[in-house]
Amino acid sequence: MSEKKDMGKKALNLLRNNSVPLMFILICAVCIPLSGFSISYLFNEIVTRMGRNIFLILSLLIPIMAGMGLNFGMTLGAMAGEIAIILVADWQIWGIPGVVLAMILSIPVSVLLGLMCGKLMNMTRGREMITGYILNFFVGGGLYQLVVLYLMGTIIPIIHSSIRLPRGYGIRNTVGLANMRQCLDNQFSFTLFGAKIPLLTFIIIAAMCLFIIWFRKTKLGQDMRAVGQDMDVARDAGIKVERTRIISIILSTVFAGFGMIIYLQNIGNLPTYTAHSQIGMFCIAALLVGGASVERASIGNVFLGVVLFHLMFIVAPKAGAAITGDSMIGEYFRVFVSYAVITVALVMYETKKRRARGRAGELLARAQKEGGGNA
Amino acid sequence: MGRSVRLQQTRFGDLLQSFGMPRLIITGFLLLLFLFAPVVGADFTTQIGNVINRFSWNAIMVLAMVPMIHSGCGLNFGLPLGIISGLLGGTLSIQFGFTGGLSFLMAIVIATPFALILGLGYGWLLNRIKGGEMMSATYVGFSSVSFMCMMWLLLPYTSPTMVWGLSGKGLRTTISLEGFYDKTLANFLRIGSIPTGTLLFFALLAVLMWAFLHTKTGTAMTAVGSNPTFARASGVSIDKMRMLSVVMSTWLGAVGILVYEQGFGFIQLYMAPFYMALPAVSAILLGGASVNKASIFNVVLGTFLFQGLVTMTPTVMNSIVHLDVSEVVRVIVSQGMILYALTRKTEGAR
Repeated sequence: MSEKKDMGKKALNLLRNNSVPLMFILICAVCIPLSGFSISYLFNEIVTRMGRNIFLILSLLIPIMAGMGLNFGMTLGAMAGEIAIILVADWQIWGIPGVVLAMILSIPVSVLLGLMCGKLMNMTRGREMITGYILNFFVGGGLYQLVVLYLMGTIIPIIHSSIRLPRGYGIRNTVGLANMRQCLDNQFSFTLFGAKIPLLTFIIIAAMCLFIIWFRKTKLGQDMRAVGQDMDVARDAGIKVERTRIISIILSTVFAGFGMIIYLQNIGNLPTYTAHSQIGMFCIAALLVGGASVERASIGNVFLGVVLFHLMFIVAPKAGAAITGDSMIGEYFRVFVSYAVITVALVMYETKKRRARGRAGELLARAQKEGGGNA
Repeated sequence: MGRSVRLQQTRFGDLLQSFGMPRLIITGFLLLLFLFAPVVGADFTTQIGNVINRFSWNAIMVLAMVPMIHSGCGLNFGLPLGIISGLLGGTLSIQFGFTGGLSFLMAIVIATPFALILGLGYGWLLNRIKGGEMMSATYVGFSSVSFMCMMWLLLPYTSPTMVWGLSGKGLRTTISLEGFYDKTLANFLRIGSIPTGTLLFFALLAVLMWAFLHTKTGTAMTAVGSNPTFARASGVSIDKMRMLSVVMSTWLGAVGILVYEQGFGFIQLYMAPFYMALPAVSAILLGGASVNKASIFNVVLGTFLFQGLVTMTPTVMNSIVHLDVSEVVRVIVSQGMILYALTRKTEGAR
């Protein structure tokens, strides 16, 4: 009987887990005809945005596996990528060598920031997400500004005046990456249905997916899953819980750094002080739209999420204008939807966690009662 | 003799522990700023006047943190919800044609039902997610602010002082309060640059809050926050207490933003309330509160320290090092304080 109940619950859970993607399919189905964009235009845009964003979103998967929730601290990795790309741009190393060098340079910065983030999250167990979120502001508004606005040009040498502020130190509001623009995307690219398919970028993304699939099967990956399931049990089984959690955050930060570099080479310029500010929010929202939850996310969620979320993002302003006659409504609507999706996911996660805890307590109480009856 | 010295040392150690190292550093830093102010030629009285003025604008929003901390709901990152009620009250009061001091009173009156309804909904939500309030609250705040962004455009406001001149609809991003409740409280019994009325209004609310926390209900609320099992055993309804605290906090947020506006002289709409919770949160933490413990004294001290930091750093630091690092210092201090508070072990957190 309990099996049947479980089945029913499973079906309900399945529906609940997929309610967000279903809702988005509905939104897109309504908005696409209203916006009046042609299918080939949308296809082209989606392919571009897939190449731009998927790597960043993939970096979120590992901390979820380790039970640390949505890594709002991925922005730290993005900042590391930005610092690396500023330096590379200053050294005038362009094209694919520049991108590779930026990735290599970003690793030590990412590791350092990831280590800090992981240590803090170990100190604030159960509140990892809010810690990561506040850490964003701490590093983004504080440390990153300090480095980029004051230390670059004074302590860290910056040669080219096209990057430096006129006052002699600090970085300009935008750093042009024209010589690096889409160098990965254009490599081996071909045209399909009028859209440019950035083959090399997709190959890199595929490699990352394979890495994640392989990583899940390694000892470390298994440890992470054990830690994510139950920290105390994992500790009893001899897993170094703290170390495993720190490693998962460091990996996520490093990959977020790579992802940011891929993102920036696609965009072709770097808005020095604002590029990272929204990136975490958009990546997390996209992942959740794909049907992921705070404790479970798969590669499939990433791909579905990117397509649906960005489809909504492209069509919402025009559809909003068509409905209300004001394009700002659509702009605000898409921002609202991104935040609302995250809110719903967080609330659902917390309710589920509480319900599970309540069930455990009930079982314990019943066991105690029965034990008392026997004695 | 030796023992008494050791006793003194441990007592000093305890005091240090309870005050917290980061707080001590920041207080020391602020004192240093005050000391340096005359040296670098900043006018001391103007500086103090600025700090007091900004204190009077912000103190009530910091006070809004107290009830939720007491009932164990943690730091109210969902303050934007209260702010939205306040904004609705303010704009509707102007829309209905109230002017002068009356418009301020009516703004509070109109904001109250919004704060009650939003607070009840918010409280209901938080009761379903006990233990994980802070992150969800942040995003509840964000989504409600972005939802209201659409509403400011769509709601049928017509007052010519508020809507865009060209299209005649949709509220402006900033609305001047001249002729409405600009400085209504501040000019009441004003002495020089000191906004006596605003300070008195804050004092009134603070005393009321203090008195409430010492009533039976208030004590029950504190019990819910510090020891929920004990509270349940003594017959206190935890959910009801938490709900009450959330409603109070939301209402205080609404009043807080109205007081802020009357001091500042403008209503700021759209994305402006987005990050308004963070300064209030770091202010109360700076004043010595923790995630589950806060007093009126924490509010006063915290707001003073935080606003002191905000006003003093630009003027003093700039003239010392000739670098505008004030923004960086402010961010590191305020966010660092929140991070520090999150790492403290708290019994209330389950």
